[in-house]
Amino acid sequence: MNNPPDIAQDPAEHEEYAHGVQQHVSRYLMVGGLLLFFTLLTVALSYVDFGGFFSWLFHIHISQEGSRKLNIAVAIAVAAFKASLVALIFMHLAAEKRLIYRVLIFTGLFVLVLFWLTYLAWYDPITR
Amino acid sequence: MEIPYTISTRPDTGLWNAKIGIWLFLASEVMLFGGLFSAYVFLRLDAQPGEWPHGLLNVPIGTFNTAILIVSSVTVVLAWAALKMRRYNAYWWYMLATILCGIIFLFVKLYLEWPPKFSHYGVFIKPEAREKYEPYLGNHRREEKGLEPRIEITGHLENHEALTDSNIKEYEIALDPVNADPDNPSHDRPHFIPLPATEKVAKIDKQDVERIDSFGPWHSAYFASYFTITGLHGAHVLAGVLVFLYMWLPVSKKVYQRNPEHLANRVEVSGLFWHFVDLIWIFVFPLFYLL
Amino acid sequence: MDASTSHPPSPGFGETGETHGPHHHEAGHDHEHHELGFWRKYIFSTDHKVIGIQYGICGMIFLFMGFSLMMIMRWQLAYPGQALPLIGKWLPYIFGANSMPDGKMTPEFYNSLGAMHGTIMIFLGVVPVAFAAFGNFVVPLQIGAPDMTFPKVNAASFWAFAVGGAIMLTSFFVPGGAAKGGWTSYTPLSDIADKGPGFHTVLNGQSLWLIGFIFLITSSLLGAVNFITTIIQLRAKGLTWMRLPFFVWSQFVTAFLLLLAFPPLEAAIIMQLMDRTAATSFFLPAGMIVNGAPLHVSGGGSPLLWQHLFWFLGHPEVYVLILPAFGIVGEILANNSRKPLWGYKSLVFSVLVIGFLSFVVWAHHMWLTGMGSTVSAFFQTTTLLISIPSVIILSAFFISLWGGSIRFNVPMLFVTAFLPMFGIGGLTGIPLAFNSADLYLHDTYYVIAHFHYIVAPGTIFGLFAGVYYWFPKATGRMMSEFWGKVHFWPSLICMNVIFLPMFLQGMLGMHRRWYDGGQGWTLAGEHIWGLSGFQWNTPISWAAWIMGLAQIPFIINFFWSIKHGKKVNDNPWEATTLEWTAPSPPPHGNFVTTPVAYRGPYEYSLPGREKDFTMQNEPVDPSERSRRMAEPALAH
Repeated sequence: MNNPPDIAQDPAEHEEYAHGVQQHVSRYLMVGGLLLFFTLLTVALSYVDFGGFFSWLFHIHISQEGSRKLNIAVAIAVAAFKASLVALIFMHLAAEKRLIYRVLIFTGLFVLVLFWLTYLAWYDPITR
Repeated sequence: MEIPYTISTRPDTGLWNAKIGIWLFLASEVMLFGGLFSAYVFLRLDAQPGEWPHGLLNVPIGTFNTAILIVSSVTVVLAWAALKMRRYNAYWWYMLATILCGIIFLFVKLYLEWPPKFSHYGVFIKPEAREKYEPYLGNHRREEKGLEPRIEITGHLENHEALTDSNIKEYEIALDPVNADPDNPSHDRPHFIPLPATEKVAKIDKQDVERIDSFGPWHSAYFASYFTITGLHGAHVLAGVLVFLYMWLPVSKKVYQRNPEHLANRVEVSGLFWHFVDLIWIFVFPLFYLL
Repeated sequence: MDASTSHPPSPGFGETGETHGPHHHEAGHDHEHHELGFWRKYIFSTDHKVIGIQYGICGMIFLFMGFSLMMIMRWQLAYPGQALPLIGKWLPYIFGANSMPDGKMTPEFYNSLGAMHGTIMIFLGVVPVAFAAFGNFVVPLQIGAPDMTFPKVNAASFWAFAVGGAIMLTSFFVPGGAAKGGWTSYTPLSDIADKGPGFHTVLNGQSLWLIGFIFLITSSLLGAVNFITTIIQLRAKGLTWMRLPFFVWSQFVTAFLLLLAFPPLEAAIIMQLMDRTAATSFFLPAGMIVNGAPLHVSGGGSPLLWQHLFWFLGHPEVYVLILPAFGIVGEILANNSRKPLWGYKSLVFSVLVIGFLSFVVWAHHMWLTGMGSTVSAFFQTTTLLISIPSVIILSAFFISLWGGSIRFNVPMLFVTAFLPMFGIGGLTGIPLAFNSADLYLHDTYYVIAHFHYIVAPGTIFGLFAGVYYWFPKATGRMMSEFWGKVHFWPSLICMNVIFLPMFLQGMLGMHRRWYDGGQGWTLAGEHIWGLSGFQWNTPISWAAWIMGLAQIPFIINFFWSIKHGKKVNDNPWEATTLEWTAPSPPPHGNFVTTPVAYRGPYEYSLPGREKDFTMQNEPVDPSERSRRMAEPALAH
């Protein structure tokens, strides 16, 4: 069948290509550093009482339960940011072929459907 | 017979076979862990007030393990980049670092994190007897502040024989800081319990006890999901380490010498798997350790 | 290291054109062509055709096994409490002393048979044959590929299936017998069954069922990854998406269903296994009393969680069972009506829509759980929506027959039977889709009849059609037409005698899991044609046993024809798709010359041609091109 030649068959072309990869390396290191930083940040943020902080800032009352929900939201937001860094940079999703996006979009949709289970939990009078 | 597009890309998709294969596999993995995480959320939402424990995991160890996985993710992508630049030696070292990170992660998990859990106990107090143990539970103050009640007293079980011997009427528990000083405001928010427990020992009458369980999967829906998800995640780490070992061993140097791009592709594919494992952990860490 | 020298030029697929057959030696890659030993060639093969046949034969054996379990059950239903004649006294030697003491079935054994009938038929029978066997054998041939993209993964998939099947079978022989919780294994029942004193933690029916399942799911996942990649990457030159045979489309969507729907069940199975072995309580609420004693569990679990996760797979699984059959039916229908498949694009899009919607209908299996009316309303709507593409497909099939010069050979007989049988199954599902009607019909024989009409005379007839149709491609010989008809007619009649009365039984209110077959219901229920709901069990059972006998001609025909069937050429059905351009049986690597597709899959009875079929690899000649300007010539 029609096998096209490898990307780096020609030495000159390969040189250029390797140079391109070299540029990526520094980006990988930077992202690694960012991920470590955000790990420490998320640990630190888990000790912050967001309810108290926002109550003080906006002069509103936020219950302890509400405060905990804020913490959950913040932690998940940080995790989502870290995960997207890994997916976009390390897993090269920032520049991937259309086919792979399509597969992932469908998977994402079905995962959302699956998480919808939790929503259903609130409609279930038997176990609640 | 040769399968087309194992190394080179098919023009209309722009991809080689294994790249599509691994992404499809990862899609199924997303659904697998998605199922487990949705179960976690389901059970957590369903939990009665006070039933879902907080702060029982070792945050410093968890943070360390998170960092280890992130570092390994960096090294594996550097290993791939080294192969792309045809620097086999650099590749070899980066791969070795990745493998070591994986092994350290597993060691920390299996030898430092899990075993202490099995000697740490939670004593669930019957609702009618909770008033009696108010000095350890501090529920009056919690009720005033609108916090969920405490329903268990945790700590080190001093008299193990009490579990089996029906003649012993009491459990002796060396209390965790939370129960030793329940009214301390710093315990209002979940944070991890350093081991070992405090010097303070509580005697708990067996008649007041609903059940006593160590911090194993049988302790609560929380620990059940913790052990299941981290166990399955650990299995993935182990699988990744084995695959990387194969690519690091001299066997794979032959592949490199035949066609460096082939080994680079293999590393890319297994690297994608490894990043995914890292990505799962990024969610596991806050969900179980911090929240 | 210089990259440019290290890579020998790829041998290229086109070169197989000069190598006739697998025994030809050629410099450069003779290691590919030397004679493989028996074990590598037929047992641990990586050739997609061998794996397909392995799957097919194993799957058909499992199908017959699952059917045999049901034939034993039917005795108990028709003659409850009576000793099974002839084989009854031998069964305890196979299934253990507690299965059928004195030939009389115990309730536990009845439950095992029911659960394992469902499990074996669906997961060890129909899925392996419909998806793995036909998919493996036919898909690469139809898309003009030399093999699957990952031949070793393909072999691993088969062996995971074999291990899973072996574990499932082993579970019959452990103390307590096989799983008893029904094929759905609803918790908390299945969580606490076969547990406690006298049972091994792992080696008990239910735990082995779960472990076996993990292997089966792994097998399906590996297969699905392989199928999708193969269809995307290895299509022959010119074989654009809209030129794919309908069968390939149906397999493509099926693979996606397996890929994305199975993992949540795997998660649920891991959790149930944890419940059973590590004392967790994912699916156990607190405060349960078992055999008069409180159960020591942490509680906090939700039985409904299992049902959600199970049916998240369970419903797409239904389409996993039927879509490959649709594909087979489409191929054979076009071939034997000598007409293009009517509405090819509508068919393809219907299949895609079915695949998508099947993920959002799962809770219609759970209307008796008290989910609440909002959720029920949502799922009722989606369930009714999904019937639209199914109806489009069936209608397109019927219209394809219109005005065709139909050849009634054996595959076509099964296909023409499939259409109304599937229609009955589908239409009787509509009352079940409405949750108010379902409250009455839920878990009655009506449900049994409904889904068996889809799976038994539906899917399984489709599979038989496929076996008769592609047998000449696999062996170079035809199966006997006469014995095929001897197989077909009794099967068709018996299927209907078995399942039609079940609708009536269900509407009389007979529950599907009654151990005594509803004997106690005789007085309360109404009579139909002089027979009570319970008494209808007798003719149903006899029909089931006769249908068992009717499979014997098929088995004999199948094995006899491998060696002694009528020899035929490479394209005995005068079909158009690419698999018929390969030699029969195709060698390792499949095609003598790499096929190139120039046209759509069903160009039958083209005007202005001598033959009434034009194969996909026949170039479009200029006169023809002027006639059909609308169609793009050769893409790629």
